[in-house]
Amino acid sequence: MHLKHFIHSAFTAATSGGRKYHLWMGGLTAIIFIGIYAYSVQLQDGLAVTGMNDHVSWGLYISNFTFLVGLAAAAVMIVMPSYVLKDIDFSKAVLIGEGVAVSALIMCLCFVVVDLGGPHRAWHLIPMIGYFNFPDSLLAWDVLVLNGYLALNLAIPFYILYSHYCGRTPDKRHYLPFVYLSVFWAVAIHMVTAFLLAGLPARPFWNSSLLGPRFLASAFAAGPAFMILTLGFIRNHTEYHIQDETFSKLAMIATAAAQINLLMLGSELFKEFYFPTHHSLSAQYLFFGLHGHNALVPWIWTAIFLNVTATIILTLNPLRRKTHLLFPACLLLFIAIWMEKGIGLVIPGFIPSPLGEIVEYIPSWIELCVTFGIWAMGLFIFTILIRIALPIELGKSRSPLIAKKEGQPQPVAQA
Amino acid sequence: MKIDSDKNKSDRAAHRLKKKAEIKLAEPASRRGFLKKLTAGVAAAGVAATQSGCSTTGMDKFFQDHYKEMTAEEKEKVFARISEDTKKKYNVDINLKDPPPVPGARFAFAISLSVCNGNRACVHACVEENNQSRDPAVQYIKVIELDRGTFNLEEGDAYYEGEVPKKDKFYLPMQCNQCDNPPCTKVCPVEATWKEDDGIVVIDYDWCIGCRYCMAACPYDARRFNFKEPELQRSEINTNQSYLSNRVRPQGVVEKCHFCLHRTRLGAMPACMEACPTGARKFGNIADPNSDVAQIVQNKRVFVLKEELGTIPNIYYYFD
Repeated sequence: MHLKHFIHSAFTAATSGGRKYHLWMGGLTAIIFIGIYAYSVQLQDGLAVTGMNDHVSWGLYISNFTFLVGLAAAAVMIVMPSYVLKDIDFSKAVLIGEGVAVSALIMCLCFVVVDLGGPHRAWHLIPMIGYFNFPDSLLAWDVLVLNGYLALNLAIPFYILYSHYCGRTPDKRHYLPFVYLSVFWAVAIHMVTAFLLAGLPARPFWNSSLLGPRFLASAFAAGPAFMILTLGFIRNHTEYHIQDETFSKLAMIATAAAQINLLMLGSELFKEFYFPTHHSLSAQYLFFGLHGHNALVPWIWTAIFLNVTATIILTLNPLRRKTHLLFPACLLLFIAIWMEKGIGLVIPGFIPSPLGEIVEYIPSWIELCVTFGIWAMGLFIFTILIRIALPIELGKSRSPLIAKKEGQPQPVAQA
Repeated sequence: MKIDSDKNKSDRAAHRLKKKAEIKLAEPASRRGFLKKLTAGVAAAGVAATQSGCSTTGMDKFFQDHYKEMTAEEKEKVFARISEDTKKKYNVDINLKDPPPVPGARFAFAISLSVCNGNRACVHACVEENNQSRDPAVQYIKVIELDRGTFNLEEGDAYYEGEVPKKDKFYLPMQCNQCDNPPCTKVCPVEATWKEDDGIVVIDYDWCIGCRYCMAACPYDARRFNFKEPELQRSEINTNQSYLSNRVRPQGVVEKCHFCLHRTRLGAMPACMEACPTGARKFGNIADPNSDVAQIVQNKRVFVLKEELGTIPNIYYYFD
């Protein structure tokens, strides 16, 4: 019986709000529709409408996919301390972290589907029903771990929110085992996605044992950075109180991860350029250009400049403590890692081709519109999830059945 | 001394051939009993729908099973549908076959780089034989022009123009190496591409989801993707087709050289070899010690491309 009311309250929470809220959601919807239109063109005319070709056979879609897997994995940075280590500081942030994970995962799945040449055959990927090349294909692994992680990140917050909604305290025995599982799972989704690229000897640029660890480091920098921005927004615009301690701890995580990420970047640069071989050509193309082709050179140096600037601000304690510097630094870090780990990682893997041909890649308008559409959809889903979660966590939204039972409004319950 | 080095050489060649003979092809994926039933259920539903007068072609196409899972009956139906679709689209009657691998055969190429002069007759013959899209132009064979004195493929030029052969250049034709340890089939998430018993790596164009992971995995740049619906004129269609090789491909799937299996499995030579005016190409069953290819591998100083990757290619190159 509670469930009916829960769904009703959730729907009301998601659809009612101030003018700014409706403008925001309306704007996102408009972008989503542009994306859907662009995708319909791509469905009709084939992937020829994208900037991809036989040489650069993955582009903007897979670039966003690899980045977003990291964002989803980074939710664990919040989940682990608050559920497992009983760190009180993070408990308020944890549901939001899981919201980020869910939205990022749905975006990941969308980016994979729009990249398929035959999306109507995507059912071939369903284990037991299709023809699943497991355990050989890392893409088959990715299908399993991404969907599993999505299920975990939907189930855990739903259980907790629903318990609160019904006026019950969530039973730790019911959800803690899944929390432990999701911690390992988060690392797994990221390592599997890195292995997907690192397992290809045909592409020396990716075929590195550092790729997996570097994926993790950059994810644990970008994830908390995004969380800081989101929590900052929520604290300023809602009654949901988030302690300063939460921000400083998240900032510490982002800082350490960003430092490790830069260290690994240095290690990679050394290996590629101390004694360059033919396996260094992709890196040469990316950082300095190759035979007059240098489309990604400004891109990657911008990313590195942003990355270093953000890391310096975060590293210097007095600077990090100032909110007006912390937020821009987090934004810079997030953008830098998106640039570096998306396009900066995927595209140069294909340039030059295994036969040494250099064909550059520029995304087409269709590709850009589809990409914006998926990002808008991700933000749309994230906003809805937060809209549903906050009133419950604030104790404002409770099942009417409890009130009836007790004959008075339910007092504010604590999470 | 001479005898010694000859012996050494033949030992090493023998070793290569032995290695070939020893390679056991991976067992096909286990059959899934209950799934067969499920498919049968779907098929039964399809039959029921047909009887009730609905058009089920679209549904049949959508639910079409993996090539290896189809029964002979199902295959027949699918082949009939493909022939019908081609007739509708191009108004030509095709002869769609499905020749099985030749028992005991292992197909291989041996290409003499001393003889190849870069005329690209193979490239064009391949396009005509295999119903490749003319616009955008899809080609399986790439001929690389290299400077004498280097063997660095990355310094080569696949887009050379003008009269050939040019002075101080040599030419290296490349196509799918039908590797014995193929990275492309390993990464395919749905096993839409696999290695057959005669060594040919094939693709089920109706099962490929178009993720292009195989293209990223191929170290020889052998795979092509149909970014658009292939464009062919009616007159350009080769009606001698087979399911796993040269039938007209749909949009959004990967394709590549298949050693003209619709010819070679029936005893003919691949189109590229037939077209080559220089005789640089030799094709045959390397498991047969008397075949041209086995003789060349035994007696010439052959090499394969990117041997260090462990892909074990089936195209041997040599200089006479």
